[in-house]
Amino acid sequence: MKESAEMPFIELQNVTKYFERGIMKKIRNYAVIDVSMKIYEGQIIALVGESGCGKTTLGKIIAGIIKPSEGRVLWLGKDIWKLSKKEFKQFRPLIQIVHQDPYASLNPARTVYQILAPVVKKYKNPKSKRELREIVIQYLEYVGLTPPSYFLNKYPHHLSGGMRQRLSIARAIIPSPKFIVADEPVSMIDMSLRLSVLKLMERLNKELGIGFIYISHDVATARYFAGKALLALMYLGRIVEKGPMDVVLRNPLHPYLRAILSASPIPDPKFAGKKRRIELKSAEVSTDILLRGCPFSHRCPFAVKKCFEKTPPFRDFGNGHMVACYLADELPEWVPPWREG
Amino acid sequence: METVSVEEGFRGRLSSLYYNILKPILANKRATVGLFILLGFILMATVGPILVPLDLTMRWSERFKPPSLEHPLGTDYAGRDIFQQIVHGSRDVLTIAFLAASFAIAIAVTIGTLSGYLGGIVDYVLMGVTDIFLTIPQLPVMLMIAATIKVSDPVSFSAIIAIWMWAGLARAIRAEIISLRQKDFIEAAKVLDLGTGHIVFKELMPNILPYIVINFVTMMRVAITASVGIMFLGVAPLSVTHWGVMLNMAMFAYGAIYVPSGIHYALAPLLFIVLLEYGAVNLAHGLDEVFNPRLRRYE
Amino acid sequence: MEPILKVRDLIVEYAVREGILQVVSKASLDALEGQITALVGESGCGKTTLIDGIMGTLPPNGYVRGGQVFFKDIDLLRLSERERQKIRWERIAMVFQAAQNSLNPVLRIADHFIETVEAHKRGLSKKEILEKASQLLRKARLNPEVVLRSYPHELSGGMKQRVIIALSLILDPEFLILDEPTSALDIYTQSVIIDLLRAIHKEKNLSMLLVTHDLSIVAELAHRAAVMYAGKIIEVTDVSSLFHDPKHPYSRGLIGAIPSLIEDLSHKKPIPGNPPSLLNPPPGCRFHPRCPYATDKCKKEEPPLVKVNGGLVACWLYE
Repeated sequence: MKESAEMPFIELQNVTKYFERGIMKKIRNYAVIDVSMKIYEGQIIALVGESGCGKTTLGKIIAGIIKPSEGRVLWLGKDIWKLSKKEFKQFRPLIQIVHQDPYASLNPARTVYQILAPVVKKYKNPKSKRELREIVIQYLEYVGLTPPSYFLNKYPHHLSGGMRQRLSIARAIIPSPKFIVADEPVSMIDMSLRLSVLKLMERLNKELGIGFIYISHDVATARYFAGKALLALMYLGRIVEKGPMDVVLRNPLHPYLRAILSASPIPDPKFAGKKRRIELKSAEVSTDILLRGCPFSHRCPFAVKKCFEKTPPFRDFGNGHMVACYLADELPEWVPPWREG
Repeated sequence: METVSVEEGFRGRLSSLYYNILKPILANKRATVGLFILLGFILMATVGPILVPLDLTMRWSERFKPPSLEHPLGTDYAGRDIFQQIVHGSRDVLTIAFLAASFAIAIAVTIGTLSGYLGGIVDYVLMGVTDIFLTIPQLPVMLMIAATIKVSDPVSFSAIIAIWMWAGLARAIRAEIISLRQKDFIEAAKVLDLGTGHIVFKELMPNILPYIVINFVTMMRVAITASVGIMFLGVAPLSVTHWGVMLNMAMFAYGAIYVPSGIHYALAPLLFIVLLEYGAVNLAHGLDEVFNPRLRRYE
Repeated sequence: MEPILKVRDLIVEYAVREGILQVVSKASLDALEGQITALVGESGCGKTTLIDGIMGTLPPNGYVRGGQVFFKDIDLLRLSERERQKIRWERIAMVFQAAQNSLNPVLRIADHFIETVEAHKRGLSKKEILEKASQLLRKARLNPEVVLRSYPHELSGGMKQRVIIALSLILDPEFLILDEPTSALDIYTQSVIIDLLRAIHKEKNLSMLLVTHDLSIVAELAHRAAVMYAGKIIEVTDVSSLFHDPKHPYSRGLIGAIPSLIEDLSHKKPIPGNPPSLLNPPPGCRFHPRCPYATDKCKKEEPPLVKVNGGLVACWLYE
């Protein structure tokens, strides 16, 4: 996916976010460190990383929910935290969020109808109660909650995880957003139901042109969007590798990505016990190294002195494939562990 | 492709009410017992005084007569029927309980919600005020106020009782609101720009509604105790038939507890007070079990 | 190979607000000695309830309505609580789901080991217990000197899970039951845990029952798999057949719906519909509302488990 000459819909410039704790606010926990990104309309970006790497925080910063400690978030060139009230009201509906936990993202004391109706009322201006009800039903049908009349009076605890997620998605598309930040939307749903939610998201992208920031800790589900999406791999607050997903997965360069791919369990008994996993050291990371050096250096089997001293800049490997690692081109050739021999 | 008629939707709402609220309450033994006791008393308070006339003429020859067919609970020191007085008194007792609980809940919910949702300096100030009310000893101060200000009607009496009841609940509601405020569905409502009013009334309130209902019943019980206590001590005698006043008269004025034949004059109001509070406690506890899944013995 | 665990027609029910919920309906299962058997199913299918029924760890409103469970030749359901406690941990050990949260936050890891052993066997000195614990921790690639001294909150999720596994092995059980041992862990740590379990199995020839919804773990570790759907076991087969030639339409649907790193995801199809409510399960075969091959017989009569090519299937297609 080539970067076009058009203006990015959202741009992050050197965004850093830390949370201060303790008396005198002396302790800083860095969630996101120096992230810059250009996000274009209709794009799907898969933000992948293990829990604690800052992807949820980054997603919420993109959505304008969390204010960065440093850096700027631009919407069509304008800093969203400096918008006038009127401008912010125009901005707010354009990026919506679908939370990870389908049990917590819906009000347990409200029915399906009561959850969707206020949003329809605000954004679709129905002329009567009847029209309001009809629009709610249309949205339920669009996300596959049929027959809608069955669902209208149900409370969230009557629905399965997959159904709840669909409801969250229905709620999120009513304001006609340009982007949805989906925070691990399928990780709390059963495997066989995940695919249907992913397909729904794909439909939204194709039919309604809604872009997604798809946050996940599992590369395998993110891979569903391969060929259509950009992959951004995060580790301890920084983006360490990014590029078109099929390009990156065919030729992973960052040692962390290689480690995850080599460790990913494969649902085929042929490969049981045969994978050669890249071994990582286990060590504590200090905030010092986080800020000054490569965030992965403490675990990287290939790390050299330079890695601890200065944060590696992004290096361009063509086709939009960027890697923040000094040793990216010195690593042995990548053989996917699922290839025999 | 199905279309839903407006009626279907309404019916759905009613049946949802039944399945989600009424049925679980009736399935819980404690709640049902409490509910029926309370309903009995409400019936007594509303319909009773219409069906049962109050005859307050003093007939000294009839004093302290034991329970009989003519006087189901006997007669008091002045030969008046106790049962009639209980029935009419129930109206006073329940009115005060209801009003006091309503005032207390209204204040507690307003302060607790504002404090919990807005935070910052509003929270600081409001909680400071709440703490003052929490630490001042309630009964003595209530008595002082009731004794000094001429309390002549149930409304102001209830207000005084309410002033000393709301503080603890306000703190509890604030805690609930603070924990709810962090939840994902509230964040979603903010991202959808639904407005503070909507968030407070349509998202937060329904979640604390069960809590409020349970506390309402408890507040009623506390108000009953407080009002009976104040009147028993002879402060602010609002009406002759209020059970607290009956107890006061039984104890101090006409020595019913010393006269063995007059003991029923003291026992009758006492019994009904205990019964009413028993009903309230059970209903509150039962409702708590219904709404709080952790307490439930099933599921 | 003899079955070390035999479950026959087990029925487990819960008393809930809406009535009686039958979560496990006449489930039968064999775990063979020296093998890792997987119990596969999605949330709500009853697999956790099944093992709770076997181990006697059901919540107060759950009870076993019928069936038999034999561990070697001991009838587990007929034991008294005391006898069951003896078997628990000494002969059959369990690693619960999200077990990391069951570590006592005020005890050091060393104390966890000491307490566990002293609750079951007296006679081992503290030194001996810690010796053994160190051995197990080292096998889990943890540093005993550091870990034994630590409190649970000082360890990462992956480390805690390895401690839990080591704890389960401290009394040398003959059988290990694990419920979702890798949930909530990142992919790299999952891989470490899988290797650990494989190593333990190899070294002690330990029989295991692995309960999970994650088919990739089944592929990595298990020899045999029993697939559970809506309270019933609907297929039992060796793992290779499960992935390459699944018999039951549900198993086929499951295998066909897993996102993976290797295959082309555009061929993947989700299973239509949703799992049924156990308060009102569909008549006949419980999968028939979602099955592309459902016949009239499927809607009326429940298929029994029948033998098919070295495995068992409950489906009328294989009559």
